[in-house]
Amino acid sequence: MTTETPLVEARGLHTWFELRQWGFLRVGAVRAVDDVSFTLARGEAVAFVGESGCGKSSLVRTLLGLHRPTAGEVRGEGRDLASLKGAELKAWRARVGYVQQDPFGALPPFLDVRRILAEPLRVHGVRDRAERERRIRAALAEVHLTPVEEYLGKFPHMLSGGQQQRVVIARALILEPALVIADEPVSMLDASVRVEILELLRGIQRDRGLTLAFVTHDLATVRHYAERIFVLYAGKVVESAPVEALLDAPEHPYTRALLRVLSDPDAANATRLREVPPGEPPSLIDPPAGCRFHPRCPKAIGGRCEVEVPSEVATAPGRRVACWLYAPERE
Amino acid sequence: MAATTSGVTAGEPLLRVEALALHYRTRQGAVRAVDGLTFDVKRGEALVVLGESGCGKSSLARALMRLHPRNLAHHGGRVWLGETPVSELSDERFRREVQWSRMALVMQASMNALNPVVKVGEQVAEPLRELKRWPRRRALARAAELFQRVGLPVDFMARYPFELSGGMRQRAVLAMALVAEPELVILDEPTSALDVLTQAAIMNVLKEIKRDQGTSFILITHDVATSSELADRVALMYAGELVETCSAERFFTAPAHPYSRMLMESVPRLHERRRPRPIAGQPPSLLSPPAGCRFAPRCPERFARCAEPPPAFAPGAGEGADEGRHRVRCWLHEADRKETP
Repeated sequence: MTTETPLVEARGLHTWFELRQWGFLRVGAVRAVDDVSFTLARGEAVAFVGESGCGKSSLVRTLLGLHRPTAGEVRGEGRDLASLKGAELKAWRARVGYVQQDPFGALPPFLDVRRILAEPLRVHGVRDRAERERRIRAALAEVHLTPVEEYLGKFPHMLSGGQQQRVVIARALILEPALVIADEPVSMLDASVRVEILELLRGIQRDRGLTLAFVTHDLATVRHYAERIFVLYAGKVVESAPVEALLDAPEHPYTRALLRVLSDPDAANATRLREVPPGEPPSLIDPPAGCRFHPRCPKAIGGRCEVEVPSEVATAPGRRVACWLYAPERE
Repeated sequence: MAATTSGVTAGEPLLRVEALALHYRTRQGAVRAVDGLTFDVKRGEALVVLGESGCGKSSLARALMRLHPRNLAHHGGRVWLGETPVSELSDERFRREVQWSRMALVMQASMNALNPVVKVGEQVAEPLRELKRWPRRRALARAAELFQRVGLPVDFMARYPFELSGGMRQRAVLAMALVAEPELVILDEPTSALDVLTQAAIMNVLKEIKRDQGTSFILITHDVATSSELADRVALMYAGELVETCSAERFFTAPAHPYSRMLMESVPRLHERRRPRPIAGQPPSLLSPPAGCRFAPRCPERFARCAEPPPAFAPGAGEGADEGRHRVRCWLHEADRKETP
């Protein structure tokens, strides 16, 4: 394998969930991910940002190989994930670590920390007990659960939320993955603990040079913890850009709307009425034609935005936006 | 720029709370979820109660509304609403005269607590029919006004809850809380289950109601950014106690308590390059909180004195918007005036 191959490459990715009536009649589909393309380079930290139901979790779960794409493909280290079976699929899953949103729900309540961390090693064929123990201790030390002896015998309910999330991270790292997917890793945690966990993830990502794909609904947390952002709306990526550029000068009307309603804590916010686009995100079963944001968009161009789906346009190096406002003139 | 009003309304205290306590009984012992809170809220004022999960902030809402769980061990303290000594009232009189009609509560998941088989309009009108014995037609007409107030189309009154999105249901619950024109509305994490844009839309509604009707609010949240969207004042809770109460202006720029300062520094910022700093350690168990200052084990500025519980000090009476209402529970401010209890 050459180092030129991106770690993950998604092309025209669709992840739809079929809706059936009486168990067999196909009546439609939830278009959770609808024609999304991107590449993740080795060693970079990216964030997928969007509101609930925009398809961000379905997207990363497709990268994990948990959902099979309905159309399009995802390549992991150059190989089409849909073609992987049995041992090969298992090998890909060892290359990807997954950090869930709710640490308590993600940890089996009846196993202690040692057994929780031993499980992936056993499944992936680390038979030597001493070797397993060595790796478990190393993983706990890496997530700063020290002294290690104090945590090995604990059950999840004996740990705080932050400690539980550290165990989840240790479990995600123990097979030495190339990619770690963290789906809202801090949204269930308290403000004072959030930063600790984000710093930990980012630190490990840098030290190990792995790729971190981090899913969040909170734009305020991305500045220091990702290099690139993908903004999703109703199953599509509407804008992607380097973090600073996007936060300082958003381009897509949706991203602009988001950043207009958010601000840093300030007493003046209490009397500031926010400009909120009307309406709500569309149903993913029957999304609007054309640009999915057009019914709410203050800048919608009549005759175009509600008719044609905008394609992505590069507006600067590393920066793309799917919006007709940025389309080069035609004819 | 949208129309704004001056942030702080110099009204009378509407709600006065003294040494409010709520303890739960558990197998391990009594959990002191709310442990002696003293504060007030003026008419037309919004107090944000900020705190991390498990600090007792939701229990505060329950204590004020007398929504007691079965394992209640102790409920104490004195509460006045206007001239009414609320804490002296029997449960029956509290229900009839205060709960919902003068003091209403919107909980985080209340949008999921709507009755699924009753039309939303009927549910919004229900407090008027039940509490004020209004005839149906009149109550529905008033509910229609509230629908407009919170930004719901009036024809949605005939819909059932499942026909509304989460954001719309939350607006309906807000309409229900406001329909009997309570003087005080307590909002417990009213937007944390909603999307960013929907959150902003609901906060807009609250800002307008506060501006136009002079309703007082207690907004309970764990989110510092959300808190600044409504707060005239901020009360920061830690381990069942109020550690600092001050104007929003002071809290967001120069709070006095070490925990307040560290909390502000731990908040990731959208537009600042400064890296947020985590607070090491964890809040104590409410079963056996530290004998002295409850934040001391995590506090970089602790000293010998912190082994004793600090009273609430009132630093710099009369400064700016604080009007002498600034309270800090920290020995670093011992030189300041002491406040009882």
